[in-house]
Amino acid sequence: MELLFALVIGALTTSGVYLLLRARTFPVIMGLTMLSYGVNLFLFSTGRLATGQQPVIGTASSYTDPLPQALVLTAIVIGFAMTAFLVVLALRNLSDNGGDHVDERPDTVSPPSKQQREQEATRK
Amino acid sequence: MSLPLVVLLPFLGAIVVPFFAQGGRTAIAIASSVPALIALAALFPHWPALSSGGVVLHSYEWLPTLGLSFSFRLDGLALLFALLILIIGVLIILYAHYYLKAHENVAKFYSLLLCFKGSMLGIVLSGNLLLMLIFWELTSLTSFLLISFWTHKQNARRGARMALAITGGGGLALMAGILLIGNIAGSFELDAVLAAGDQIKAHALYPVALTLVLLGAFTKSAQFPFHFWLPHAMEAPTPVSAYLHSATMVKAGIFLMARLYPALAGTEQWFYMVSFTGLATLLLGAWVAMFKHDLKGLLAHSTVSHLGLITLLFGMGTKMAAVAALFHVINHATFKASLFMAAGIIDHETGTRDMRRINGLWRYMPHTATLAMVAASSMAGVPLLNGFLSKEMFFAESLELNLPGLWAWVPPIAATLAGIFAVAYSARFVHDVFFNGKPVDLPHFPPHEPPRYMKIPVEILVFACVMVGVFPAISVGPLLFAAASATLGSSTPDYQLAVMHGLNLPLLMSFTAFLGGLFMYSQRKRLFAFHDRFREIDEKAIFEAVVSWFVNLAGRFTRRIENGSLQRYAMLLMVSVIAVAALPLAEAGFYVGENGLSAFDWPTATAAGVLIISALATAFWHRERFYALVLLSVVGLIVALGFARFSAPDLAMTQLSVEVVTIVLLMLALYYMPSWTPMESTRAQRIRDVVIALTAGTGMTLVTLAMLTQSFSSISDFFLQNSKPGGGGTNVVNVILVDFRGFDTLGEITVLAIAALGIYAMLKNTDLPAPPGDGLGRVWARDQYPLMLTQIARPMLPLALMVSAYIFLRGHNVPGGGFIAGLITSVALILQYIASGMIWTEDRIPIRYHNVIGLGLLFAVIAGAGSLAFGYPFLTSAFGYINWPVVGKFEVASALIFDLGVYLAVVGATLLALVSIGRLSPYSFAKSKKEGA
Repeated sequence: MELLFALVIGALTTSGVYLLLRARTFPVIMGLTMLSYGVNLFLFSTGRLATGQQPVIGTASSYTDPLPQALVLTAIVIGFAMTAFLVVLALRNLSDNGGDHVDERPDTVSPPSKQQREQEATRK
Repeated sequence: MSLPLVVLLPFLGAIVVPFFAQGGRTAIAIASSVPALIALAALFPHWPALSSGGVVLHSYEWLPTLGLSFSFRLDGLALLFALLILIIGVLIILYAHYYLKAHENVAKFYSLLLCFKGSMLGIVLSGNLLLMLIFWELTSLTSFLLISFWTHKQNARRGARMALAITGGGGLALMAGILLIGNIAGSFELDAVLAAGDQIKAHALYPVALTLVLLGAFTKSAQFPFHFWLPHAMEAPTPVSAYLHSATMVKAGIFLMARLYPALAGTEQWFYMVSFTGLATLLLGAWVAMFKHDLKGLLAHSTVSHLGLITLLFGMGTKMAAVAALFHVINHATFKASLFMAAGIIDHETGTRDMRRINGLWRYMPHTATLAMVAASSMAGVPLLNGFLSKEMFFAESLELNLPGLWAWVPPIAATLAGIFAVAYSARFVHDVFFNGKPVDLPHFPPHEPPRYMKIPVEILVFACVMVGVFPAISVGPLLFAAASATLGSSTPDYQLAVMHGLNLPLLMSFTAFLGGLFMYSQRKRLFAFHDRFREIDEKAIFEAVVSWFVNLAGRFTRRIENGSLQRYAMLLMVSVIAVAALPLAEAGFYVGENGLSAFDWPTATAAGVLIISALATAFWHRERFYALVLLSVVGLIVALGFARFSAPDLAMTQLSVEVVTIVLLMLALYYMPSWTPMESTRAQRIRDVVIALTAGTGMTLVTLAMLTQSFSSISDFFLQNSKPGGGGTNVVNVILVDFRGFDTLGEITVLAIAALGIYAMLKNTDLPAPPGDGLGRVWARDQYPLMLTQIARPMLPLALMVSAYIFLRGHNVPGGGFIAGLITSVALILQYIASGMIWTEDRIPIRYHNVIGLGLLFAVIAGAGSLAFGYPFLTSAFGYINWPVVGKFEVASALIFDLGVYLAVVGATLLALVSIGRLSPYSFAKSKKEGA
């Protein structure tokens, strides 16, 4: 089980970091969301993996560590606030610079290349 | 108390003095003198203790763990320098009163001067080396401001910058040196350091510490090869030059050598480094001074030369040499300050400092001429003046050095040579300025005597020169002895200060120097012609070239690292994070902890597999943003299931509702943004990013695996035991949030509120027309709001609100609570916006979400502050039970009010953020308005 959990965190991190290094704002935001899933799971797992030991008094014979859970709960909500903030930064960037490149290049979004159109067509 | 007062008074004065600017120049000059006069009065009572070799120490703790204390220490040496700083400081204020022109910012000048004075006093009175270092740097800064007082002059700014760079750089070396010394001696307190002299000298790091400390001293005291800043600092107003370059700034380095003499001196390294530097400076300064046509330039280089002389004396290492060095500090301060003032008067009255133009001033200003001539004679070493006495001691000491073989001849010959130069440039100062024909083309003609009181400081100093010259034992004898015994300790030699020691070799050397100097001056035409054959080294140009080379180098380096691309920064940041984390982790190595791996069940494994595939697929198909978003939501959903699987029901509920809101948010963003990402990075870049991402992912896997398989101890037993009896709830996670760690939660909902308000502020007055299609040529559907969704969403709202109320109320005991209830309410409301449009919904829910956020924070704070009213700490919770009909026994806790605050803050923040984005496009807003109407 531990190996599985570790692999999940690894996959989330890999995907998150790769998206974080992209040049456009939207993939970066997705990357950050992905990375925060991974981080939240990691923080949560510092209390170790337990089955059927929810920290509600009287419902189980032994309880898992409630502290990481409390920390992660607020982290999830704040993570959402930060994602929303980033989205708005990206929208402002779009509005002020006319593009969604992270480096604030004032280029407008170029129309899709012929190849992309073809790809699009074949997918349908 | 009196010692800190002496140091702090000038700083206080610097703050107060500008308020006297209204009262006119006289008022401000008088006000500026007050701190020095009080300080003198405060020092006077200590004299009886000091004259017998005592020490006064006033110490207050400041940062004891760093060895830094606010300690001030007064002994004979400190007193000698403090008196020079204070007395000459007062004279300078009087002089500057007449020197500065009416339109100049006198308040600023006096303020800076007082700051500088306070810093100098701090250096000489510090009883702690770190404290001294602080004042040392302060003198560098304040002298920078003083030298560049005439900010409109480019040369003044450059000279000031050079002085700051050199002395500031030396200050850094000194800091390193002092840290080393403090480390060796085990304390930064001066008493301890001075007592640990043998220990320091025997230490392996002694040569390093010595070199660093001497670098500090040599840069400050303009010793070769750092001497060049001093002549360029002559662009300062003359009162500043007279003060900085006679009694204070440049003497700080000398003071440092005298102060640390017991701790550092007496070794071979000290001898070679200090004496040879002093010797080189002595000869170089004297030689260059001969050829300067600028009056202040001549004095500046003669100052360099005399500083070299004092350094050389300290370097010699004999006890009498140290006495002579301290004696010359006094003498040089008096005659050089008066000479600078005289030069300033001449500049003031004639409008120029060029000695080729200033001639024959004796006819116009005999009074000033007399004073300057006496001071210059003292500089030349004419008998019956103070300069003669210390120079005679210097000659005597140069004969005492027992160097092997022919080397024994070097010091006396060099000393005589320096004497010859000194006589020659002094003769030039006297003859070329006051005699030697008529003035040539003066800007102000005819020159006349300055105001009566402008000469008073000069008169006082010249009087001191004569007094010391004629009655040395009575005038300075006791002070000098006190200073010498502070430097040399109990082994101070028994010496006699007398005008004449009879016919001996030093007298002969003086005689030779006198004749040689006059002869040299008479042959000046040939010497000048000889000197003109060499190209003059322009130190300023070299310095500027070196500085701009460094600036260029730094600029190129910065541009390499910082090219303006955030994408690149993100990559560098990621690589650095991996590198920093990899180092300690590589040491630990890969391992599985002692608990080993537990078995997995197939449903969980399947879900994990789907998650891993979805996560990687999101990255793989990220350029198709919509599909990527769908895959991302799959990931989020399975994360929520994972929380439920591993005994975290609260987290599962939170994650689930946050997931809904996040996806709605990203969908909304995608409405404005292009729905695909163009291919921009090269193949190599993508491979590089994949490698970075895989490294990070692998690292996290290994770390997680190692952590999960280890036992651990937690502080959570306390929470589990006290949740019910202490917090009144059985849901430990919720009790932690609203009770045990309530303060954290308060901070977190505040952050949430700030983020939401930031979003609102950023999007206010922003126009972002939504693109008419998806960017691939397809136009958005122009359908009405989907009928089915609208019809289902409306009855959903009351149901959802009831569910969230239920989740909220039960949260203290079973999974639920303010966060989750808030998110459920948010989702229900957002659904209305999606289903029926902005206008329709806003007409029916006329709530300003700012107020909801504010109300939420208010509730949370009130719930916390309520406990204060009953005398408990902030956020202490109370609870009791009431019986509700139908529901039964129900628990009411004050934490419930806090949780209500959390609920409201979450609802307000979430909706404010989303509604702000939804309102963004005038097109969609207008469209929905039309439909709503």
